[in-house]
Amino acid sequence: MSNEPAPIFDTDELVINMGPQHPSTHGVLRIVLRLDGERVRDADVVVGYIHRGIEKLTENRDWTQIILLTDRMDYVAAASSNLGYCETVEKLMEVEVPRRAKYIRTILAELQRVASHCLWLGTHAMDIGAMTVFLYAFRERELILDLFEEYCGARLTYNSMRIGGLPLDIPTGWDRKVRAFCDVMDSKIQEYEELLTNNRIWLERTRGIGVISGQEATALGLCGPPLRGSGVYRDVRKDEPYAAYDEFDFDVPLGTNGDTYDRYLIRLEEFRQSLRIVRQAIDGLPDGPVMGKVPRLIKPKAGETYHAIESPKGELGYFIVSDGRSTNPYRLRVRPPSFCNLQGLKPLVIGHLVADVVALIGTIDIVLGEVDR
Amino acid sequence: MADEPRPGDSKVEKSNPVAPKPARAVAPTSKPAAKTPPEAPKGPSDPLPADDLERPPFLVALQTALPDAVEQFSYWVGDWTVIVRPVSLLEVARFLKESDEGSFDYCSDVTASDWPPREKRFDVIYCLYSTRRRHRVRIKVRVAEDETVPSVADLWPAANWLEREVWDMFGVAITGHPDLRRILMPENWQGHPQRKDYPLEGPGELLFESPMEWLRLRNLTDETEIE
Repeated sequence: MSNEPAPIFDTDELVINMGPQHPSTHGVLRIVLRLDGERVRDADVVVGYIHRGIEKLTENRDWTQIILLTDRMDYVAAASSNLGYCETVEKLMEVEVPRRAKYIRTILAELQRVASHCLWLGTHAMDIGAMTVFLYAFRERELILDLFEEYCGARLTYNSMRIGGLPLDIPTGWDRKVRAFCDVMDSKIQEYEELLTNNRIWLERTRGIGVISGQEATALGLCGPPLRGSGVYRDVRKDEPYAAYDEFDFDVPLGTNGDTYDRYLIRLEEFRQSLRIVRQAIDGLPDGPVMGKVPRLIKPKAGETYHAIESPKGELGYFIVSDGRSTNPYRLRVRPPSFCNLQGLKPLVIGHLVADVVALIGTIDIVLGEVDR
Repeated sequence: MADEPRPGDSKVEKSNPVAPKPARAVAPTSKPAAKTPPEAPKGPSDPLPADDLERPPFLVALQTALPDAVEQFSYWVGDWTVIVRPVSLLEVARFLKESDEGSFDYCSDVTASDWPPREKRFDVIYCLYSTRRRHRVRIKVRVAEDETVPSVADLWPAANWLEREVWDMFGVAITGHPDLRRILMPENWQGHPQRKDYPLEGPGELLFESPMEWLRLRNLTDETEIE
């Protein structure tokens, strides 16, 4: 018998593969982790597993058909993707959208934000081990999906906007239902808070995890709640107002510590602010048409532009080049917020435990359909 | 506005469904022969700003500080673009980031577009934003296929993945990048899918570059062999 220790006790660093098929990576995300015991020493984030070439496809579809493709990027917030695309083309064509359409768009985008944050909250909490929240959050998301179904007939890929306005006016009584939903949702946010905000396990798992300073977050190009969680005041809705956001009062919540707990608090506050915007929009909904004057054959003049909106995940930008003579864009680039936020995952996870990697993937709120396009 | 007249003028189309030029296949009445695609566009219009348009202070400062670096300013639907030569890209980027008038501390996006007939076929575009001054600008460089672009990942770490995507999708060589690998396509992919001469369907350039290799991959049934 030799006195050598058994190989199970060696102290080498271990390289493991997390994903692409892993319940907590929210899709086909692969992370190669170099571990020293339970500590992450290095990480390599590998994306591209559901790359469908949407940007290439758009060069071969006409301007209206592309709205369908934008649905399939961030599939839990399809209305936001629709809005970003339609607004960019309208900017390129210099089309004026009727005020009523702007209001309804704002309502849809904010309901979408609530739905997306519901999904985020449920999955993030379940990753950390709080099963109940998942069921609660999906219950409320269902109510929003019902509202969307009543508006446009679809529950996931809405195709709910058109260049120049909206395909449909709201159905009779829809505004009343939206208002009723806002009242229901208020008490539900309270329920989430009771389950998590002062929960000791939740605090242990999220406080001080994945701290990032405002300066670093800006340099890394983080956007949306992860950037605001670090205390940077950046919200496209306020800085570069689009749709009807400049007509409503709302606050932009900011974090102080830049940790997972702050990002959680910010998203919960965004629930309330979104409901506040929806209520104002429903109350002040102007009369009028929902479709502006747009030529039947959409063909913007030659030129290029970049336009960004605040999707639930962050700054969703579209860079569109038109050559002015064909009925499809010459180049359409999507600046996906999830992609840019995912870039920040590596600096976040280094030094933390393997179990925290799951919490950190959850906290940056990615949708792989949008990362890979 | 673009200076040159364009063939697909909307007025011509309305009055005359069978367009005199064979370029556009608008009406179903036209013969299949009329479906020949129009000549590829020569490049973006990059319209010059109107003379009476006031330039934002950071552009004025840029022009006084680095007069030789700027090739052209462009303005379209409210967006300013600075077109620079690849050699002076880093200089201009650093100035815009560090000057007080600019303070562009946030790199929103890095992307490219491909204009094959042009000698310098690629446009590489940097969308910048300032979280302090809340304004935007785009920098654009034009590069040929065999030219390189310096990486701006030192100035804005956000550009790291975005430049990887430009390399992956367009094959624009980026020098000084900390980690230049493919990002969306598989590591062993051949060709750059977003180029205009890359086919929309099919296994891509592999079919043209090495048909035997393409056939071999097609006949593989075991996925591990492809790895």
